Amino acid sequence: MTQQKNFLFVGVGGQGILTASDIAAQVGLDLGLEAKKSEVHGFAQRGGVVESHVRWGPTVGSPTCEKGTVDFLVAFELLEAARWIEWLRPGGTVVVNTQKITPMSVSVGNAVYPPEAEILAALKERAGRVVTVDGLALAEQAGTVRAVNTVVLGALSALLDTPAEVWEKAIIRRVPPKYADANREAFRLGRETAKET
Amino acid sequence: MKRLLSGNEAIALGAWEAGVQYASAYPGTPSTEVLESLAQYAGVKAEWAANEKVALDAAAGAAFGGARALAAMKHVGVNVAADSLMSLSYTGVNGGLVLVSADDPGAFSSQNEQDNRNYARFGKFPCLDPADSEEARQFTRLAFDISEMFQCPVMVRSTTRLSHSKSPVEVEMPEGPRERKPLPPFERHSDKYVIIPAIARRRHPEIEQRLLEIAEWAETAPVNRIEWGDRSLGIITCGMAYQYVREVFKGFSILKLGMTHPLPKRMIHDFAGQVEKLVIVEELDPIIEEQVRAWGIEVVAGKEFFPLYGELTLARVREGALKAGLPVAPMPDQVEPLSEVTIPARPPALCPGCPHRAFFYNLRRHRKKVVVSGDIGCYSMGVLPPFETMDMLISMGASIGMAHGLKQAGAQEKVVATIGDSTFFHAGLSPLANAVYNKSNIVVAVLDNRITAMTGGQQHPGTGITLQGEEGKQIDIGPVARAMGVEHIWEVDAWDVKAVDDALKAAFAVEEGPSVVVVKGACVFTPYYQRRPTVAVDLDTCTACGNCFRVGCPAILKSDQTHPKTGKPKATIDPLLCTGCTVCLQVCPVDAIYETGGEEA
Ligand SMILES: Cc1ncc(C[n+]2csc(CCOP(=O)(O)OP(=O)(O)O)c2C)c(N)n1
Ligand code: SF4
Ligand code: SF4
Repeated sequence: MTQQKNFLFVGVGGQGILTASDIAAQVGLDLGLEAKKSEVHGFAQRGGVVESHVRWGPTVGSPTCEKGTVDFLVAFELLEAARWIEWLRPGGTVVVNTQKITPMSVSVGNAVYPPEAEILAALKERAGRVVTVDGLALAEQAGTVRAVNTVVLGALSALLDTPAEVWEKAIIRRVPPKYADANREAFRLGRETAKET
Repeated sequence: MKRLLSGNEAIALGAWEAGVQYASAYPGTPSTEVLESLAQYAGVKAEWAANEKVALDAAAGAAFGGARALAAMKHVGVNVAADSLMSLSYTGVNGGLVLVSADDPGAFSSQNEQDNRNYARFGKFPCLDPADSEEARQFTRLAFDISEMFQCPVMVRSTTRLSHSKSPVEVEMPEGPRERKPLPPFERHSDKYVIIPAIARRRHPEIEQRLLEIAEWAETAPVNRIEWGDRSLGIITCGMAYQYVREVFKGFSILKLGMTHPLPKRMIHDFAGQVEKLVIVEELDPIIEEQVRAWGIEVVAGKEFFPLYGELTLARVREGALKAGLPVAPMPDQVEPLSEVTIPARPPALCPGCPHRAFFYNLRRHRKKVVVSGDIGCYSMGVLPPFETMDMLISMGASIGMAHGLKQAGAQEKVVATIGDSTFFHAGLSPLANAVYNKSNIVVAVLDNRITAMTGGQQHPGTGITLQGEEGKQIDIGPVARAMGVEHIWEVDAWDVKAVDDALKAAFAVEEGPSVVVVKGACVFTPYYQRRPTVAVDLDTCTACGNCFRVGCPAILKSDQTHPKTGKPKATIDPLLCTGCTVCLQVCPVDAIYETGGEEA
């Protein structure tokens, strides 16, 4: 892999997006590329939107992507995939965990959460490819609901021409030893799901 | 070995490599991780200070004593420390003194977008602007050398983007842990460190001379460098803007300034002379541009194309370049904007179980007769729906002073200042003394959640735990207020809705002097927070009155069931989010919410 790859990880505070993007950046480095990542922490942690950019390439300047250049939009929450779709490069790929987290604007009744089918249709209209994963169910199946982000990384890894071992190694380094096996399984389940779609 | 480090981690590494002995900071996004990271290195005394001025003063004292010292803060923190900073430039130092200022272009988590390179110009000391984590490490090391070489404080200026981006850094691990050594006997130089008027007058011309010498040094120092390319266009840039420039203006010549004050005049003249057109791209203020134009050098594109406000990005730099008619690649193609679905906003909210919730729920009910002077912390969210009870907020600690002034000027409403515990120790003590002294009839509500929550959970004097994990004295806010002469003080449980309201009402009834209500309850992210069984809604009892929605808890959702008469939605509670704080249960008028008694959330 020699070309530039741009990733945008999005979701809601508390979903483990920063760890997932850390891992993705580390994988880039382990593949012998330059890698950078960037995010904004702070207010957003309190249930707000979280975005994290990861870029791989022979050389990388800006740690953030430019709108319209994201090769992989990795959304940990359905609504967030829609919110950020405009960052995708035409023909780019969306990996979306279909979990829904109700925003306060919806729970207080000022807005409605659009139906899943409509969101997915809008994504498919724009992306070259949309891969959906039920992260929560697969993580549970793997043995811990805390491994949702590992499932998503598994799915992402299947779409890139990269060896699974590099990802696994980077993931295992970041999880507590007692969850290592569950994370290996979560990664495998995510990878399988993406291969099938 | 190459490791991915954030800008803040790299600054800490650089400081450690430079042999820093003492470091102090007050937390503030995006600077916080500098000290959190430094605190983990052996041989460094690293502390949270009560505020930024204390942090800088402490670092100054250490530097006077010969230690290499560092103070870190967010951009607005430098305002708090500025009184000392301006005169430290006059006193000079003994051991190297480095001030890390983390600016926030884009105001992601701040009240303004001030460009702290202005402080370097204002205070006449050098400013280094790294462009990635490797430079953050190297420049911080260099900053200590420059500080000692030229006897001045040195600013390392980061931005949110640098502080919170990770890029590869060459990390050589130390041979062994470093020991903390005592300082040598104090060398007295009262003619230097005691900056009385006579000395200040003598020092000022020396400071001006020093600046010229630093500028001369900067002409050849490797912090500033030229990357020659196509000379039909030359771009001067610094900091993170360099990263956007090298992508957008690929192939053209670049003068990358690592030191943005003072500027290398000859180097800039030479560069400008060797390129056909000169462009300047810098984030926020035209610090470089104004100087370059003042030297009579022609600039074809500067601030008129690369705006004075907001964070620069690849897109904004490209857009500016295209508008200026410069030969760069066009904006990338984009997918069709989303029009068929409307995306609800996801505003931040107080967490489920937050100790600030019952207070704002109550305050909201007194809304008509009170003016609320707010402060900075998680409780600033009191300004958002469903509370919408905050009428002013400017800077840390200002709540009490503003409330005082408003009341003293003759406000007819009750005036309430709301302030967090960390903010109280940061800048709330003096204005409280002032209110007692001048006898203003205000209510000061201290929201004591036992942590500095907004910035991610740092300890402070009220918690008694230090940055490096030692336990000590916890300073209790109620007794502090009493010792200052406040006569009416209530301390209440943050989750007892009625007790909070009773205290507020009693405080409103006080007719003379200030009163203090300390609302006590730990933030859900602290180890002291106690989760309880979750609560649930009995849908048969729920009348869809909507009262529980007014506590603004993310765990309370609209259910699919509606009330047959009003058509309004009944409530339901997400058991994964609920922490069982019972605030919603207490405000339900028909007792439809009950404790499940089941497993812990
Ligand atoms: C001068 C200054 N320093 C630091 C900050 C960053 N900051 C914002 S709020 C806050 C502290 C909040 O703590 P506290 O008052 O205890 O309220 P909490 O968030 O815990 O509710 C800090 C450090 C700032 N805005 N201004
Ligand atoms: S972090 Fe703590 S103080 Fe801040 S909103 Fe959440 S519970 Fe409240
Ligand atoms: S008890 Fe009510 S207010 Fe408290 S966390 Fe649960 S749902 Fe939210």
